[in-house]
Order: sequence, then C-alpha cells, then structure tokens
Amino acid sequence: MTVNPLDVPDATGPYQPRSGQRGTGFLTEPFRLGVTPSATVGPYLAIGLTWPDGAWAAAEGTEGGIWIRGRVYDGAGDLVPDAMLETWQADPEGGLASPEDPRGASVYPGFRGYSRVPTVEPPGEFALFTLKPGRLPDGEGGLQAPHIDVSLFARGLLDRVVTRIYFADEADANAEDVVLQSLPSDEARQTLLATPTDDGYRLDFYLQGDRETVFFAV
Amino acid sequence: MTGTTTASGLHLPRYHREAPELRTPVGFPDYKSTALRAPLRTPVDLPQRLTEITGPVLGEDRVKPEDADLTLRRGGEAVGQRILVYGRVLDSDGRPVPDALVEVWQANAGGRYRHAVDSFPAPLDPHFDGLGRVITDSLGRYEFMTIKPGAYPWGNHHNAWRPAHIHFSLFGRAFTQRLVTQMYFPDDPLFGQDPIFNAIPVAARHRAISRYDLSRTQDNWALAFEWDIVLRGSDQTPFETEDDGDIA
Repeated sequence: MTVNPLDVPDATGPYQPRSGQRGTGFLTEPFRLGVTPSATVGPYLAIGLTWPDGAWAAAEGTEGGIWIRGRVYDGAGDLVPDAMLETWQADPEGGLASPEDPRGASVYPGFRGYSRVPTVEPPGEFALFTLKPGRLPDGEGGLQAPHIDVSLFARGLLDRVVTRIYFADEADANAEDVVLQSLPSDEARQTLLATPTDDGYRLDFYLQGDRETVFFAV
Repeated sequence: MTGTTTASGLHLPRYHREAPELRTPVGFPDYKSTALRAPLRTPVDLPQRLTEITGPVLGEDRVKPEDADLTLRRGGEAVGQRILVYGRVLDSDGRPVPDALVEVWQANAGGRYRHAVDSFPAPLDPHFDGLGRVITDSLGRYEFMTIKPGAYPWGNHHNAWRPAHIHFSLFGRAFTQRLVTQMYFPDDPLFGQDPIFNAIPVAARHRAISRYDLSRTQDNWALAFEWDIVLRGSDQTPFETEDDGDIA
C-alpha cells in the first residue's frame, strides 16, 4: 500500500488539551481524579497485614458465634498458602456497623462485622469467628439472603477478587436472593454456599478450574 | 447526586468503577504467578447494595504514634537512606478521606523482607521490620518516615528485579473502595522489565509513582516523596452521568 506522507486529514474540532479537565474552563464530564491502580499484595503481606485480632469479626465467646473455615485452591488444585481473606457483613439483625449505612450505623454487642485472616494456618486453612448475618433489603423491594462479602488477596492476584459467602441451610432465603438467582446455574450458586459443620460452616474457594468460585465485579 | 434510591426509599451511593484500560487486570501473563491463580471466568456484575456501600470503621486504637516511623525499631536506627513519604488519600470525586487506616510494608535498604520465605542473601537489619501504620488526618493527609527500600530479585524470569516499592493497604468508607497497591519511586531504571509494574495500563502507570519533593526534604536529614492515593469515589457531584465505567 502506498502512503502519501502529505495526506494529512484536517482537524475536525478545536485542539483539546489531553487532560480534558483543564484548559477550556468548562467541565464536560464529571470532575474525577484517576483512581490509583491496584497491585498484588505479594508474598510478604504478613509483614504489613497481620492483625492479632484479625479472625474475630465477633468477639471471642459471643453467644451464637460461628467459625467459618475453608481453603483456597489454585488452578492446579493446590492449596494457596499465602492468601488473605477479608470479610464484611451485617449483624444478626441486618444492621451494619458503618456510618455509611443510610439506615444509620448499628451497634451490636461484641460484633465488628469485619475480619482479616490468612490461609497460612496448618493445613492451609483460614478460620474466622463471626455471627450469622441477618437479611438486608435488596433495593428491589425484597430481602437479600444472609451473606458475607469477601475480598481475597494473594501473590499472583494483581487486584483483590471479590465473592460472597451464603449459607446452604438458608434455602428459602437463598431462593429469594436477587444475586444468587441472577447466577446462571445451580452449579454456580453452589460455589458460594457454605455448608454447616460442628462449630459453624465451611466453604472452599477455587480460583480456577471446573469448580471456579463465582467472583463479582463491584 | 447519582446512585440508586431503593424501593424502600434508601438512597445508596454508587461507587464509580475505573475503565478497564485504566485498571490493573487481576492476571497478567508476564507475571507468572497469575497463571494458576487469576480467575479465568468473567466476574459477575454485583450491583452495589448495603453491604458494598458500607465498610468497617478502623480507628486510632489500631495505631501507635511510633508506627509512623519505620527507621527506629528495637532501640536502634535502620540502615539506609531516610525518606519522608507523605500525601493525601482522596476519593475520585476529589474529597479527602479522613480518619482512614493506612498500612504499609516494605523491604529493607538491601532489598530484603523480614519474612520467612524471603531467601535473598541480603542482610536483615536488626532495626528495621518494614511495617508502618498511620491514620489520615481530617484533610486525608498521611505521612511516615522510613528508609528507601532496595530492589530485589524474585525469579519471575531471568534477572528479574522488582523496582523499589512500598506496599500500601487502604480502606475507604466502603467495601467497594478497598485498595491494596504499591508505590514506586521516580525514574526507576527497573520499570521496563518488571511485569508487576507493567501490568498497570500505560495510561495509569504514573499514578503509581511518587514525586520527589525538595520543599518537604529535610535539611541534613531525609529526602521527601509525595504520593497521593485516590480511591473510588461515589459520583456525588452535580455533574452526573448515568454511564458507568467509561469516564477516565
């Protein structure tokens, strides 16, 4: 193909500075700063992110407390021993310990609602102590099933991945949950259902493979 | 003010999601550890509801004043170039994020982490543990004194070296805003070969690099680097758009 080096299209509009937010004096789009890009926590996250009280979303000994345990697997089926989970959830009455809740921040005795746990404990498990969350309005006139929001961090993940823990013994609530019901298959829903154990629940997370956990974009 | 008003009359903010061409992907082929770890399926869109627009309040009780000075640990001074690292935590609407927990961790001046799995044969420094914590002030400002971390090899490919960096962990007000990232130093010659840095889309890489600041550099004591951190904002301005994810 022959290119004529002098065949330059005319400008179609006035020159705009690349920043877009300065120069004309007018905002053509919402004012917005560029969000800082994420990076992996790397293999040494334990230095910066270890909390002695990390596992206790509910204080030790809180009545009705449950242990949620599980493991994280990679695409080869191997344990991921250097991951970290963070969880955030409502209290048993469906309140959230956050001033951002438009219903008001709730205070539930002994309850923080947040946990941070590594998967380094032998044998590659995480374990967190919490209270089973209550149901929350779903914004569409119904209620969400009890759920816990999860952020999973690890070496080899350049951003956190987000998922939810639901409870297998909440079949009626789960059947009404807009998020669960929006998933394409029972198989997909199954990846989010923690199953009852002697002292709480258990759920394993699969980063890849046939059983890949459903991850969410928030 | 954008967001959604629910059937029960609750007004929920909606946190802006950066466009894909400005966001670090979860997986990046040149960073080999992502191959078996980064999920392969497309994530399912999760509309932001009450759990996502709230988050834990983690306050002053987690931080001691000495946590802001990484150069003085176990009764002695860390070896290395002293640096002041400071900046603001903002959301993308330009609002400061006050009273926010900032956690940092880093290698020592020789490029060695005080961690059981770091076998790089650079010496450990008895007076450096590499952990810092601060809370942002009412204007979202943070600062800490540390030493400049060294570069270190990491085996991702032949002669792979991580550019000097400091890990940062931040909470905003909401689960949606959570961010873990790394701060780099200006003009690092190791950027070109580092897949963790290069996983950041070109148009956003400058956001991960601090700026040398002579005005805050302390005479006879420490260099200063400024780094502002921007968390996702909730579009709460009069200039609203219904589009999500297509505004840089």
